[in-house]
Amino acid sequence: MITLTIDGREIGAEEGWTVLKAAQNVGIEIPTLCYHEALSSSGACRLCSVEVTTKRGRNRIVASCLYPVEEGLDVQTNSEKIRRLRRGLMELLLARCPNSQKIRDMARHMGITEPRFRLEGEECILCGLCVRVCQEISEANAISAVNRGIKKEIAAPFYDLAETCVGCGGCAYVCPTGAIRIDGNRIRLGDKIFKELSPEEVKKVEEKLEAKERVPEKG
Amino acid sequence: MKVKTREDLDKLRQEGLKSLYPDKLKITVGMATCGIATGAKRVFDALADEVEKGKFDVVVSQTGCIGYCQREPLVDILAPGRERIYYKEVTPEKAVQLLDVSVAGEAKEDWALFRMGGEENLIEERTIRYVESQHGTRDNKIPQYKEFPFFEKQVKIALRNCGFIDPERIEEYIAKGGYYVLLKVLTEMGPEEVIEVVKRSGLRGRGGGGFPTGIKWASCRNAHGEPKYIICNADEGDPGAYMDRSVLEGDPHSVIEGMIIGAYAIGSHEGFIYVRNEYPMAIKKLRIALAQAEQYGLLGEDILGTGFHFTIKINRGGGAFVCGESTALMASLEGKVGEPRAKYIHTVERGLWDRPSNLNNVETWANVPPIMARGADWFSSIGTENSKGTKVFSLVGNINNTGLVEVPMGVSLREIIYDIGGGIPDGKRFKAVQTGGPSGGCIPQELIDLPVDFDRLTEAGSMMGSGGMIVMDESACMVDVAKYFVDFLQEESCGKCVPCREGIKRMHEILEDITTGKGKEGDVELLEEIGFILKEGALCALGSTAANPVLSTINYFRQEFDAHIRDKRCPAGVCSELITYSIDPEKCTGCGRCVKACPAEAIVGEKKQPHSLAVEKCIKCGSCFEVCKFDAVIRQ
Repeated sequence: MITLTIDGREIGAEEGWTVLKAAQNVGIEIPTLCYHEALSSSGACRLCSVEVTTKRGRNRIVASCLYPVEEGLDVQTNSEKIRRLRRGLMELLLARCPNSQKIRDMARHMGITEPRFRLEGEECILCGLCVRVCQEISEANAISAVNRGIKKEIAAPFYDLAETCVGCGGCAYVCPTGAIRIDGNRIRLGDKIFKELSPEEVKKVEEKLEAKERVPEKG
Repeated sequence: MKVKTREDLDKLRQEGLKSLYPDKLKITVGMATCGIATGAKRVFDALADEVEKGKFDVVVSQTGCIGYCQREPLVDILAPGRERIYYKEVTPEKAVQLLDVSVAGEAKEDWALFRMGGEENLIEERTIRYVESQHGTRDNKIPQYKEFPFFEKQVKIALRNCGFIDPERIEEYIAKGGYYVLLKVLTEMGPEEVIEVVKRSGLRGRGGGGFPTGIKWASCRNAHGEPKYIICNADEGDPGAYMDRSVLEGDPHSVIEGMIIGAYAIGSHEGFIYVRNEYPMAIKKLRIALAQAEQYGLLGEDILGTGFHFTIKINRGGGAFVCGESTALMASLEGKVGEPRAKYIHTVERGLWDRPSNLNNVETWANVPPIMARGADWFSSIGTENSKGTKVFSLVGNINNTGLVEVPMGVSLREIIYDIGGGIPDGKRFKAVQTGGPSGGCIPQELIDLPVDFDRLTEAGSMMGSGGMIVMDESACMVDVAKYFVDFLQEESCGKCVPCREGIKRMHEILEDITTGKGKEGDVELLEEIGFILKEGALCALGSTAANPVLSTINYFRQEFDAHIRDKRCPAGVCSELITYSIDPEKCTGCGRCVKACPAEAIVGEKKQPHSLAVEKCIKCGSCFEVCKFDAVIRQ
């Protein structure tokens, strides 16, 4: 058992937990976009950034979804620096995806309504959850991130139908912005069609997605 | 033959000495990439042809880059008992003439660059004299190597053999004391003792971060898990930087020997050199060097008969700048997409394939054999309090002596730029120097006396980085320079984390606006805000330092940003949207040079009458400005 402090509260955590898990365990909310408890952490969205001070006095900002708990760690999840960073991140994401309801809601919550940058019309925030669910849960490896930097996008090999897609719909299920969706019998991300589903597959996937709608989201 | 004893090494040394200093005339061509680019291969072939014809009884040899890239192809001639003479800008025709002249015992003073009475054997702390006394020294105007301004202040440790040995002959490396160090380490020292020497030497990583090498080695040695890996980062990608390439092309064994010593100290048996595929010659030289080291039992099983085993594999990078970041490099080595991961658990504990991995860059490894040979005290006597030893820089941009220089830590930028670099060409004024590549920053004229070491460069808002040094004169627009680096980074960001992918893109967008006259009040503050998000929020060092080129130019050249934003004016006359050309009728003589130069037919006028420029036709290429001999073209 490890003891650490989060926002002034002394809490216990198990060895090997991340700071995010330790916080969630005691009901302290830290915003996330690229995190899912069933998947490995990636540290892509940086929204879960927190300020940590180690026992030796080193202070820095880390991604709580990856930072392992340690004895005597002092964590600030909502310091001015952290709020400033999160507002900046949300402003960047809102400029990328101004039409995403989820992103707009999160941004508004932090006081951002009009980004100071030119608006793009993307839906995908490149959080990579779809790729991880496809690798780690479905073990299909049907889609991946392609290219790098500003050209990065999620696609199936050669922008074709994904040969190894099993049609589970996991990618659509975890997608935080709804960029990947089931459109008729197709799993698609914008113009890219990953899979054409059989009527039975469509039914199964739709049931799962409906079930997700009914469960109030955590965090 | 497998080398097992000092006597075996001595035999190879004898062979090396024979080819280094043959008993007849030897002519050597600098054949690193910089030499080849200016025609060294043709020079070498011409010389080889002449010798083939049987006309001359001479040895034609090749070597790496001695650093003076400005005057390549460089050729040097060494005759027994005489001074070595270096010649500049040698063509195939000149080379053949040089043969003629040299065989006759003469020198071509006009073509010569400098002469050398002997060379240093750094490892064994002695000088090899070509001439015993003043006898044999020619009475001529050719300057001495050590008095030649470019070399005078240089201290060569990592580059000790570059330009002096044939990188394809292990015997020559051994003749300069190479692999004797390894023998001493493996037979006389314990692994902890080796680490202690490296720690005490104060050596810090030359790849950019400047982490103390000895502490890294110790952490990796103490980390749990087997196997442990040794990695050499040769994914040099900063614009204008080619230090590592030159070391690999000129002295690959120094890196290999350093890695074997590191492997012994850490307890590793498997090593990788991750080298970018854009360095084909470095890869070729490395392959030859590895094969030779294996052939002589200096690498592989039972090294030097001590039972220690270590192998090295070359892995070629596919051309992603981000793969120079250690975790991205390891992901790439594993065959995955080269994306960085968080380093909250250090790579010395969980690196390549989640095993303890020790990564150092080319220059760091090349420093290891001299440290083990000469001791920690010797190394730490060079440099400043917290930055020991030397640093290699590639000096490029608006500078008279483009080249590769190695200087003790703590020399000032002024000494590097003016004394070694020879100052700024065409009588222009020095404006700034960009150090540390895309992660570094621009240091202005006011700080030219700044001593160059890890900490001082960081304090100035830049960083040591791997050692690229881009000198800029007054004709550089600093907003444009910042945009250049941001453009580079937005292409090279891996795109994984939001601050880096989205933030750099937006920085570029704002800088593009500013340089095209669309800048507005608040843009600079917004750039600074993105800088904060990158520094504090980005996942890896590429992102967290990406704002440095922008923040440092804002810091030191704020007035240039303001001129672009408020006055819609580019003071340096670079940003084409913000400048107009016109002709001063008072100065114009009507010579017509500008009319011929203008690709847009925007300039008209009668002969010997002042010309005029039609602004609506002008494409702002600046050709008229360049060709006018009377300063009659006005750029505003």
